[in-house]
Order: sequence, then C-alpha cells, then structure tokens
Amino acid sequence: MFEGLDAIFLARLQFAFTVSFHFIFPSFSIGLASYLAVLEGLWLWTGRQVYLDLFKYWLKIFALAFGMGVVSGIVMSYQFGTNWSVFSDKAGPVIGPLMAYEVLTAFFLEAGFLGVMLFGMNRVGKGLHFAATLAVAVGTFISAFWILSANSWMQTPAGHAINASGQFVPVDWWAIIFNPSFPYRLVHTVFGAYLTTALVVGAVGAWHLLRERGNEGARVMFSMAMGMITVVAPLQIFAGDQHGLNTLEHQPVKVMAMEGHFQSHPDGAPLVLFGWPDEAAGKNLFAVEIPKASSLILKHAWDAPLKGLDTVDRKDWPPVPVVFWSFRIMVGMGMLMLALAAFSLLARARKRLYDWPLLHHFALAMGPAGFVAVIAGWVTTEVGRQPYTVYGLLRTVDSASALDAPAVGASLMAFVVVYFFAFGAGTYYILKLMSHPPHRGEEGPRRDQPVRAAGITPAPAVADSLATDKEA
Amino acid sequence: MPFDLPMFFAFIIAFAILAYVVMDGFDLGIGILFPFLPVGRERDSAMNSVAPVWDGNETWLVMGGGGLLAAFPLAYGMILSALYAPIIAMLLALVFRGVAFEFRWRNPRHRGLWDMAFSGGSIVATLAQGITLGALLQGIAVQNRAYAGGWFDWLTPFSLLVGVSLLCGYALLGSTWLVMKSEGSLQERCYRLAFRLGVATIVAMAAVSAATPFLRDAYWMRWFAWPQVLFTAQVPLLVAIVTFVLFWSLRRGHHYTPFLMALALFGLGLAGLGISLYPNVVPPSVSIWDAAAPHDSLKFMLPGVLVIVPIILAYTGFSYWVFRGKTGHEGYH
Repeated sequence: MFEGLDAIFLARLQFAFTVSFHFIFPSFSIGLASYLAVLEGLWLWTGRQVYLDLFKYWLKIFALAFGMGVVSGIVMSYQFGTNWSVFSDKAGPVIGPLMAYEVLTAFFLEAGFLGVMLFGMNRVGKGLHFAATLAVAVGTFISAFWILSANSWMQTPAGHAINASGQFVPVDWWAIIFNPSFPYRLVHTVFGAYLTTALVVGAVGAWHLLRERGNEGARVMFSMAMGMITVVAPLQIFAGDQHGLNTLEHQPVKVMAMEGHFQSHPDGAPLVLFGWPDEAAGKNLFAVEIPKASSLILKHAWDAPLKGLDTVDRKDWPPVPVVFWSFRIMVGMGMLMLALAAFSLLARARKRLYDWPLLHHFALAMGPAGFVAVIAGWVTTEVGRQPYTVYGLLRTVDSASALDAPAVGASLMAFVVVYFFAFGAGTYYILKLMSHPPHRGEEGPRRDQPVRAAGITPAPAVADSLATDKEA
Repeated sequence: MPFDLPMFFAFIIAFAILAYVVMDGFDLGIGILFPFLPVGRERDSAMNSVAPVWDGNETWLVMGGGGLLAAFPLAYGMILSALYAPIIAMLLALVFRGVAFEFRWRNPRHRGLWDMAFSGGSIVATLAQGITLGALLQGIAVQNRAYAGGWFDWLTPFSLLVGVSLLCGYALLGSTWLVMKSEGSLQERCYRLAFRLGVATIVAMAAVSAATPFLRDAYWMRWFAWPQVLFTAQVPLLVAIVTFVLFWSLRRGHHYTPFLMALALFGLGLAGLGISLYPNVVPPSVSIWDAAAPHDSLKFMLPGVLVIVPIILAYTGFSYWVFRGKTGHEGYH
C-alpha cells in the first residue's frame, strides 16, 4: 500500500512522528522534576504539609509521564540505525559519543533514583529521598545538555574533519560539544520545558480554583506557576531572539524561510506577519507586512540589507511554508504566555490572584500552550535544517538506509497505532489524576511493602496506608 | 588477541548486553510468566517486585544501542537495518510493556487489559531479541559499508530457535527472581515453574549450541580446533556444573541460589556467543576493528566509561538494596 510513496519521505515522517511524540514527555518531565525538587525542598525547609501534598500529587503524574518518556526514548536510540544507517555510519563517531555520555551521565542517574523517588520515601528517610529527587532533576538537565549538544552539532557542525570513508571524525571535542548554536538552543529548550510545566501546573491549579476557590493546594500551585511564567516568559522571548540572531549568523537560509523572505531587500526587509508562502511562485500570497521591521529585529537597523531565498539555489531551500508557519505558531504562543504573565502580575498586585475567574479561564486555556510552542519550535528548527541532516555537509537523501517504502510505511503505521493507543491511554490517566483536587494527606505512588525489611514502620505511613485502604 | 581500544569497547558493549539481558531478562521473564500467575495478589506482588528497578534495567538497552552507535557506528547501522522488522517489533512491544507498569494501577477496570499488554509486550520483545541474536549469529550480508540482504533474511529456523530459547531463559530468570523476592503461594508456584523452565532452558541451550557450529565453518574451528578446545570446552563443563547447582538448590528450597545460577547460565551463554563471534562484530566479514569508531571517538569515551560505569553500578546496587527483601502485593493508588 506504500509502493507509490517515497521511502525517504516516509522515513522522515516516521522520525518526525516518533521524535515529536517523544519530546512531549521530556519537555514536561524536565520542568516537573525540578518542580518536584522545589516542592520537596520547601516541605523539608518549612515543614508545611501543603508542599508534601503537592509533591505527592505531582509525583503520581510524573511517574506516568516519565514512563512514557522512557519507552518512547528507547525507540529514538534505535531509529538512527533502522532508517538512517548511512547517517549513523558517517556521523556516529561524532554524535555517538555525545549520546553515550547522555546515557552514562543522565539516563542511568534518572532511572537509578526514580525507583527511590517514587516508592522509597518510607525506606530511606527524608534526606536521602530528597537527594534522590535532586538526582532525578539533575539527570533530566544533564540529558538535555548532551542531546541538545548532539542536535546542535547537526545544525552548526564544528570541530570535526572528514576521513577517507566519508565519516565525520572528531578533531576538537570542546568545539564539537560547544558548537556555535548549542548554548542558545540549550537555554531556549530548558526555558521552554520550564514554561511548559508551569503552564500545565497553572492550568490544573486554575481548574481547581474555578471549582473551589479556597483549596490551599490549588492556590499554592497556581501562585507558583504564575510566578514562574512571569519570570521565565520574558526571559524566554529574549533567549529566543538571541537564538534567532545566532541562526541568522550560521543558518541564514533557515531564517529566510522563517521570515518568508523570498526576495532580497537591499534597504530594509519587511516583517511578514501573516501570509501564505508560495514556493513555486517565490512570493507570499495575502501577505500582511510591516515595512523594514524584519531588518530592525534581525539587524537592529531600519535600512539594513537582508538577503532572500533568491540568492540560494532552490535545491538548498527548506520547505518554506512549514518553517514559516511553525515559527509563527511558536511566537504566537510565546506572546500569549507573556500576556498571561502580565495578567497574573496585575491580579497579584490587586490581590485577586485566587478569585479572578477570567484569569483562571485564561490559564486553563493556556495549559497545552507550552507543548504546542515546543513542538512548533522544533519543527521550525528541524525542518529549517533541511535538505541536510548535518547542515551544509550531509544531505538527508544521502543519510538514509537502503529503504523500501512498504517496510518503512508499515512500521510507520505500527508506530502511529501503538503510540496513539498507549500514549492516548496515558494522557487520559494523567488527565484523570489532574481532575482530582489536591487535598490534605495526598497519597503518593505508594509501594512501600514490606516495611519490615527497612525495619521501621513510620507512624504517618501507617495512617496514610490505612486512609488509602479505606479509599480503595 | 590484541587488547586495544576497539577491543576494550567490544568488552564494554558485551558487558552492557550482559547487564541488559540479566536485568531486563528477569523483568521480561515476569511478563512472560504473567499468564501463569493467578489474577490478584500474586500478579500484583510479581509486578511490585520489579516496578522500582525496571526503568534502570531497560537503560542498559539504551546503553547497548547508544554504545554501539558510538563505538561501532558501522555495525550499528548494518545490524539495525538488517534486522529492521524484529527491532521495530521489539521497540513497540517494549512500549506496551513499559507503560503497563504504571497504567495497571490507574484504573482497576483496565487492569486486565494492561496485564495483557505487559505479558504480550514481554513475550514479543523477548522473541524479537532472540531472533535478532540468532540472525546475527547466522551472519549478515554486507556490501559497501551497508546491509545488502533482503527484508526477511533474519527469519530462519535457527533464529526462531534462538527466539524460543531466550523465551525459556528469561522466564527462568523471572521465576527464580520471584522465588527470591516472594513468599507463600507465589513462591511455591515459582519453584515449580523454575524447575520446568530450567529443564526447558537447558534443552534449548543445548540445541542452540549444537546448531551453532554448523552455521559456519569458522564457528566449528573456533570451538573444536586444537588446542583452543581446551579453553572452549570449559564453557560446557561450567554449564553442567551450574545446571546441577540450579536443580539442587531448587529441590532444597534455597531462596537466592537459583537466581544466581540462572544468572551464571546467562553469563556462560554470552561467553559462548563471544567465542563464536570473535573477532567479528557483524559476522561473517566485519571485524571489531573494521567497525570501530575513530581512535579519537573511543579515547573521548574512555574516561567516561572508566569513571562513570563503576558509579552507575554503585547506585544501581544501592537502589536494589533499598528495595531488598520480599515484596508485598499492594499497589499504589
């Protein structure tokens, strides 16, 4: 049934599908792991019950999201070989070690302490448990560090040479790891993860505040989430702008596609707000433009010249409409986040943070905005890298295995069916957990038996387990 | 046998595979055994015994894949494209099995469904891993640094035999793990299961070992040529000793020994595999040195491996120690 289709296109679709689905989970769990560490730290520091309740509330959700991230991540570590074996052979000597360090320094750390974090509260004591939570949180960050370094090297390769068999070989590891786009991408991605998590936490808080204004847990999580968004949203917009300038320097063609600049503008390029990029005609249909604004943003001068896609061979163009629109979706989401931040600041100033239903409705609607922005941003940068896998050096068409469309198509179908079923169910369970209001004496993901192996039976745990049994 | 960086990393990958096989082996084994365990306390208890550690166990699979990409990129590309179908099947099966750990507790009415996903996923993943191993032993056709065979070259009676053998072996690991971690009716059931699975595993191992030398002359030479037969003959001898101790300890009702013996069987199986494959990483023609990443790539990873792997083993050990002892049946809500 896939005979008529291009095998490489199907392989790209498969990678895009599996990586997009996968990244939903880490973009949430990177932020959530840090949030959990903050909640547990606050609990240990202040002794306030509400922080422990919130910790356990979000821990159950974290367990689900993390599990889905793990299984969808294993798929990624093998996908390079199944569909992109030529890429693996050629780029493996450079990006392989980066990924190996990710596994060694991050994945094992996260997985090793996750069990203790989820189930070990009554077995190891508060201090060690907090250390386990911190280890998981730090692990998610280290993981982001290495994988973004590998991804950034594909965007802005540096520090390598090419050997006789056409492989990229490392020359200067420092230059490879800290390649030109890496610091920007790392900051932008980690801020994105924090915002994504804060928006979800804020939406859950808002949902429960709309139902029960006095719920202490809902108040605390809503306030913390809005505070986080207020701080991070403006920082993220600044970081994104810096990342864009870096892209202009190293991948100008990508920026031309993002901006929809088919023509060169020797005396100030317009900012295309909306429009439909028509690649065949080489112009934007129905364009709404602000004259010279693009030059102002990108070059900080009204009349600065900007080159367009007309200076680039057509076979080196990325798919312009995809990049153009995904970029606008991301920026639009960012602006809405900024609006939410401003609104919440106003509400806080007027002491109406917990009783302004309009704000709560807005925060609720913004719950998924982080995911949308993160995926749109990745589409912008990855599709914008086309037609290359290693930018400027290795073309996508030269990276694939000797693929047959039916095999790739069939496995793509299988991934789609399995992911929608398994992760659809997971999303449903997460939403179910979120629909329960946080309450005093929140149960964690408990499996503390046998208590006797640890030798002690802490009284609160017994009370907790009695309460749980009654409920069950 | 020169001991240089490629050789060192070949040992590291082999170690990752061994760690993966024995650790995820017992939790996949529990999935394989699930249909034989009654619904309720026994299943919950079996699941609980691995819930805190399965995640770390599966990380060794990522280590094997990532390590292969990093240290032997050529082999990584060849093997994965040659074994396209079983690899994809394994990945999808692991999705089902992995999510079931958390999902089954979320809604009692869906528990049956996720238990099916757990055991079905475990069985398919195990079969796929065994088939992958069998197909690799058979040899992979390569040309110009790429896989040059068909989509179904991996499917042979031999690869299926290895698949079924691994199914028995993982189930043996799972049953002996549960003997160690459980008590009461579950433990009694697992003693009986472990005995039968021990027999099945030994028969399967014997069949695979008997068939392997006939796959290619090189394997025959490697095992039976004089004088290295003096060395290789130790492997079946040790297998015989371990087998004896396994059955003896099961009869005597030991708690820990059966699991340790099952681990030893897997260690010996892997040693046998190494003897067959060496010096190739992709038989019949791609050696460890052909496939190795450039010296600078390997050198960069060396401190990571030397320093970090021991640390990983230490905290993995800590995590197992925290959850030591017999496991209860209660889930979490």
